[in-house]
Amino acid sequence: MRWIGDNLDVIGGHLVSHLLLAVPPIVASFLLALPVGWLAGRVRWLRAPLLSAAGLLYAIPSLPLFVVLPLVIGTGVRDATNIIVALTLYGLALMVPATADALRSVDPRVVDAADALGYGGVRRFLTVELPVAGPTLLAGLRVVAVSTISLVTVGAVLGVPSLGMLFTDGFQRNIMPSILAGIVLTIALALVVDALLVALGRLVLPWTRPAAAAVVAPTQAEVAP
Amino acid sequence: MIEFTCVTKQYPDGTVAVDDFSGQFPPHQTTVLLGSSGCGKTTILRMVNRMVEASSGTITIDGENIAQRDVVPLRRSIGYVMQNAGLLPHRRVIDNIATVPLLNGTPKAEAHARAEELMDLVGLDRSMARRYPNQLSGGQQQRVGVARGLAADPNILLMDEPFGAVDPLVRRDLQAELRRIQSELGKTIVFVTHDVEEAFTLGDQIIILANGGQVAQRGTSEEILAHPANDFVAGFIGLAQGERTLHRSPDGGGVLVDGHGRAVGVLAEEPAP
Amino acid sequence: MNYLLDAFAWIADPAHQAGPNGIWARLGEHLGYSVVGVLLACLVAVPAGLWVGHTGRGRGLAVGLASAARALPTLGLVTLLGLLLGIGLVGPMIAFVALALPSILAGTYAGVEAADRVAVDGARAAGMTEWQVLTRVELPLGMPLLIGGIRSAFLQVVATATLAAYVGAGGLGRFLFLGLRTQDYPQMLAASLLVVGLALVADIAFGLLQRFATPAGLRTTR
Repeated sequence: MRWIGDNLDVIGGHLVSHLLLAVPPIVASFLLALPVGWLAGRVRWLRAPLLSAAGLLYAIPSLPLFVVLPLVIGTGVRDATNIIVALTLYGLALMVPATADALRSVDPRVVDAADALGYGGVRRFLTVELPVAGPTLLAGLRVVAVSTISLVTVGAVLGVPSLGMLFTDGFQRNIMPSILAGIVLTIALALVVDALLVALGRLVLPWTRPAAAAVVAPTQAEVAP
Repeated sequence: MIEFTCVTKQYPDGTVAVDDFSGQFPPHQTTVLLGSSGCGKTTILRMVNRMVEASSGTITIDGENIAQRDVVPLRRSIGYVMQNAGLLPHRRVIDNIATVPLLNGTPKAEAHARAEELMDLVGLDRSMARRYPNQLSGGQQQRVGVARGLAADPNILLMDEPFGAVDPLVRRDLQAELRRIQSELGKTIVFVTHDVEEAFTLGDQIIILANGGQVAQRGTSEEILAHPANDFVAGFIGLAQGERTLHRSPDGGGVLVDGHGRAVGVLAEEPAP
Repeated sequence: MNYLLDAFAWIADPAHQAGPNGIWARLGEHLGYSVVGVLLACLVAVPAGLWVGHTGRGRGLAVGLASAARALPTLGLVTLLGLLLGIGLVGPMIAFVALALPSILAGTYAGVEAADRVAVDGARAAGMTEWQVLTRVELPLGMPLLIGGIRSAFLQVVATATLAAYVGAGGLGRFLFLGLRTQDYPQMLAASLLVVGLALVADIAFGLLQRFATPAGLRTTR
């Protein structure tokens, strides 16, 4: 505990760096997965290659990816950009299949109704399919957020600052509280971000609130058989 | 007036859903397309707002060929009520009803005011306006569906088995409501069903379809009951099975029995209104 | 591209391949860690998952464990155990097993649960004992998901084993950290490519196994 008290500024700095590394990939993978996931759901011959690519990408361990990626994008191994791009790729590997599934799971009758009402293509996608797929997209995004926040720490072994530095420093200098603080803070950060996403979901997807379904009060005649 | 002339729908896989269908749907009347599943009745209905494109033949509305119209404005100008209501699950009741006016750029306040009037018309309490579809019972959802179909005040209302998924009691309620609404509004309604009772209850004109959209008979319910065109029609509407041939009960009184001897009602002394 | 060529040259160099510190030995270690870690985890997680899936009891706990595991930073666990247990294989092996457990547990109970309830009900109605229901209906129907769980567990351990070299374990990660300390990028790259290759081969092999394990009646023709 004393160690933590004495090093609050260091820990705070790592926390900020951690967020700066974690938030861009979470946002970017969500946004980029929308068009790619849409293609994977719609264009039949693209579906299998895109989903297989996502699966293989996700199979690649993070540390080797951090080392290999600079070869492709021309950054240095220790650059923040390198970590952000790598984590965005992981995010995409999770989010593209999730988006494809979410869009495909939209009830075709709802899409049909939207067509019959005279929605045009783009408008139908943005105002009907996307919001209706929202809950499933959110579930995917939550997984991406939690795993990204956890993966950021791996960059510390290469010298990229994040809460992971508490692990490497703690191990090198034999400071157990440092490692424990790192684990607790990483998990706490993941939980906080997850809770924020859930709250955001309630805000923008109000029809999915669990309380919603409970208010149905059918009249006598309308009680389902 | 909606008019079909020699309309055929063949799908790319070769299935002919509708084969050379011609027919008129007179204005301000309810025309029911009656037939069992797969007879092409829904296909005919969906060709009116070009949810299905005809392979050949022409369809006109008030003399204008719909193939020449832009589909989106065409669809917005025609009310459509579907089975399971087809409501947008992420929109409140009021916004579901106001969908088409809002799409057409009607100011929100105006569209909502109109939607509230429609809720009154279809017998929905205004307190339900802020609910989501999954908070309503099946019958209430179907009322929202009807209100939505009427929102842009279309001349034409297409109804695709709209009451098929609700239980029989609610269905009767909804049918009665539709008759009341139609007596007020006088829309040109095309109504698809496989339920003979429903067709007789609602239809000014009934078109009975056999497979491939072949017209087995058209006419009023009285004409069809009095002179079924063939065995198929007689069988379909239940004449052949004796359910609709009523006799006075041999036990006297005013009780009527069907061909199987089951009591089905009583004979009133006065002539029908 | 020069780095890539250097990396391949590093791998191809016979001097780097043989011996107790050579590529083959490290690859064997890496693979060995992964296989042993996953097998140990299976010993616990498969029976537990079958029990959870079949009885429905403890499901909340299993779901919670699986999602908590996603948030747990693997490097934190590896360094924590390294500090607690010192240099050696015990610490990393505990980490491998701990990280493999949740995926296998989740895959197993999800597989059992995914078995069509009507099929299970039918089996029970036909007079199968609970054990028979589990082994003849739920397990075969759930096998693809179970193998899927083992697949993600295996990949998780392959990744973690790379990190474990940081606290003194063997495996291909050794080359990576050696390269890092001596600023030898080609060597880091070579090690990374080897791990990536191992992971992809394992992923594809498990994918084939999964397809093979899908009962014939459930295979979708696409």
